[in-house]
Amino acid sequence: MANRFAQALTSLGEKVTSRIWRLGFAARFLFMTLVYSGTALRRFQLTIREIYFSGVQSLIIIMVSGLFVGMVLGLQGYDTLQRYGSSEALGILVALSLVRELGPVVAALLFASRAGSAITAEIGLMKATEQLSAMEMMAVNPIARVVAPRFWAGVISMPMLAALFSAMGIFGGYLVGVQLIGVDEGSFWSQMQATVDFREDIINGVIKSFVFGIIISWIAVFEGYDSEPTAEGVSGATTRTVVTSSLAILAADFILTALMFRGF
Amino acid sequence: MNRATLDLWVGLFVAIGLAALLFLALKVGNLATSSSGETYRLQARFDNIGGLKVRAAVKSAGVVVGRVTEIKFDSKDYVAVVGMQLDQRYQFPRDTFATINTSGLLGEQYIGMEVGGDPEVFKDGDTVKKTQSAVVLEKLISQFMFSKASEETGKK
Amino acid sequence: MSSTPLVKLSNVNFTYGSRPILTGINLEIPRGKVVAIMGSSGCGKTTTLRLIGGQLKPSSGEVRVADQVVHDLDADGLYRLRRRMGMLFQFGALFTDMSVYDNVAFQMREHTDLPETLIHDLVLMKLNAVGLRGAHALMPSELSGGMARRVALARAVALDPMLMMYDEPFAGLDPISLSVIGELIRKLNDALGASSIVVTHDVQESLKIVDYVYFVSEGKIVAEGTAEEIKKSRTPYVHQFVWGEADGPVPFHYPAKTYREQIVDRAVRRG
Repeated sequence: MANRFAQALTSLGEKVTSRIWRLGFAARFLFMTLVYSGTALRRFQLTIREIYFSGVQSLIIIMVSGLFVGMVLGLQGYDTLQRYGSSEALGILVALSLVRELGPVVAALLFASRAGSAITAEIGLMKATEQLSAMEMMAVNPIARVVAPRFWAGVISMPMLAALFSAMGIFGGYLVGVQLIGVDEGSFWSQMQATVDFREDIINGVIKSFVFGIIISWIAVFEGYDSEPTAEGVSGATTRTVVTSSLAILAADFILTALMFRGF
Repeated sequence: MNRATLDLWVGLFVAIGLAALLFLALKVGNLATSSSGETYRLQARFDNIGGLKVRAAVKSAGVVVGRVTEIKFDSKDYVAVVGMQLDQRYQFPRDTFATINTSGLLGEQYIGMEVGGDPEVFKDGDTVKKTQSAVVLEKLISQFMFSKASEETGKK
Repeated sequence: MSSTPLVKLSNVNFTYGSRPILTGINLEIPRGKVVAIMGSSGCGKTTTLRLIGGQLKPSSGEVRVADQVVHDLDADGLYRLRRRMGMLFQFGALFTDMSVYDNVAFQMREHTDLPETLIHDLVLMKLNAVGLRGAHALMPSELSGGMARRVALARAVALDPMLMMYDEPFAGLDPISLSVIGELIRKLNDALGASSIVVTHDVQESLKIVDYVYFVSEGKIVAEGTAEEIKKSRTPYVHQFVWGEADGPVPFHYPAKTYREQIVDRAVRRG
């Protein structure tokens, strides 16, 4: 009995140690990625290629999701606001919730599952098929040539996609609120403009999405690079990328929100 | 996919992203209205500012002429000190009244400027002398109820 | 050309964690020769290649390539050395997101400032040498196993290396591709004036092309000699390996309790 307890304790300890060890490796890996970013920025064509794969190919899903989220916000927001006779505040509700929260967060969650998982799978497969090893033997640093361009492409794409998500969402809210339900168009936009502050709301939203971009890209390239070089290893790493980055996004969102919008 | 098509797509992507950001800044946010040129600062002291917040509007005759930039508490006189930034285009006489109003019954609060007749106008850093505090709804209601109650007892 | 061997491993030990992989390896690759390292799977052959390529560091001993101690080099020195090495990976390890052409051009573009027209000619020359000039526009997914191996070979010799390393070049190939690759290894070695190391367990094919053979078993060199000597070898392990016998010094059975203990006695007890 005592023996089994000791065993459980040991295995728990081992798990914790290995997690911490992995976190340390992840931090060192991020540092190396930044150190070896010279190639990705000097030969920007490499990064442009990755922006195409992670950014451009996420355009459709981001735009369509943004539109629908905005339309739902329009419907739900109107339903609640009209009870208090302030349906013209719909513009404020839609714009603030998108620009501050939903835009950066939902776009990041979508980006993590669309592009983050693809990056992990690609790097993981390159490792499993010894392509990274081959690159190393050809005297080319895989972190500089493979990892860094993908990392920077994610960091660059994320704020663009989040802004696009918010813009599409506001358009969706406008479609439902103004065109469908018939909220006054003038007050929809003017109240929005009077309340949404460029620095407080929009820039903070962009900062959020930028941070999320770093988090997703970091997790995605690390999980790929650190995956077991087998089919199961790669698929496990892909799942881990989506789960870990989703959790990390939500946690980071709470911290950033607490720092940015403290109410006074 | 060749290089030219790739560049085209990525260029398009960046353009759309920047356009979305521009849309947010100009159409959704207040970048277009808030940073229009010169401003001057004024201060006003209120006994009670109610629910006034930083960035609330300063209006005159219903037109936004400026914004509240800071709210402090003066611990010597026990009053609220409100700092405002007004558009240089709009000048106000020195005896202008600053009142705290509410838009609608439950709407947000703003500072209203009721123009006086002094020939001299405010300069940067001046203090508005004449102020009227916010109407606090709870106080109003309790006053009303007390007066009703005293009326009732008076009748008896 | 000096007469010192191009690659020299002296008394090399390598342990992974606490498990010894290689013990006391002494090995030389003379210039211009093709040398095979043979042994059953998991005996440390690939580890030996990785030590020579500098991807692993020995626990003790010395690995010298071209009169440089590999594991004492800094990152820059190691990358400089690796530009003069070519390596063929087990399944080719072609870059799946690039065409055959771009795969072969990869090192030229990364390490040289050659104009694109010259790269074009060089790439087609390399592809011609492996007989795949016509396949330059294909993607790796469109190639058969043998073709992929040949493209990888063309890529490995792109910068005319002084040392070629082959990790299981014959694994999983049909007999025709097998002899094509075997012949190419020999031909490219002689044409480039390079030296080659072939890590393999395919005895018959490699004995046709190599000059010298090292036999590795359980992390130790158990036999060495020319192809002829190996064929005639009386060493039990080598004999079993060369003639592919199922039982011998390498036992058929995984270590276990005796047959009697595990089955008969239990049956008796149960009965």
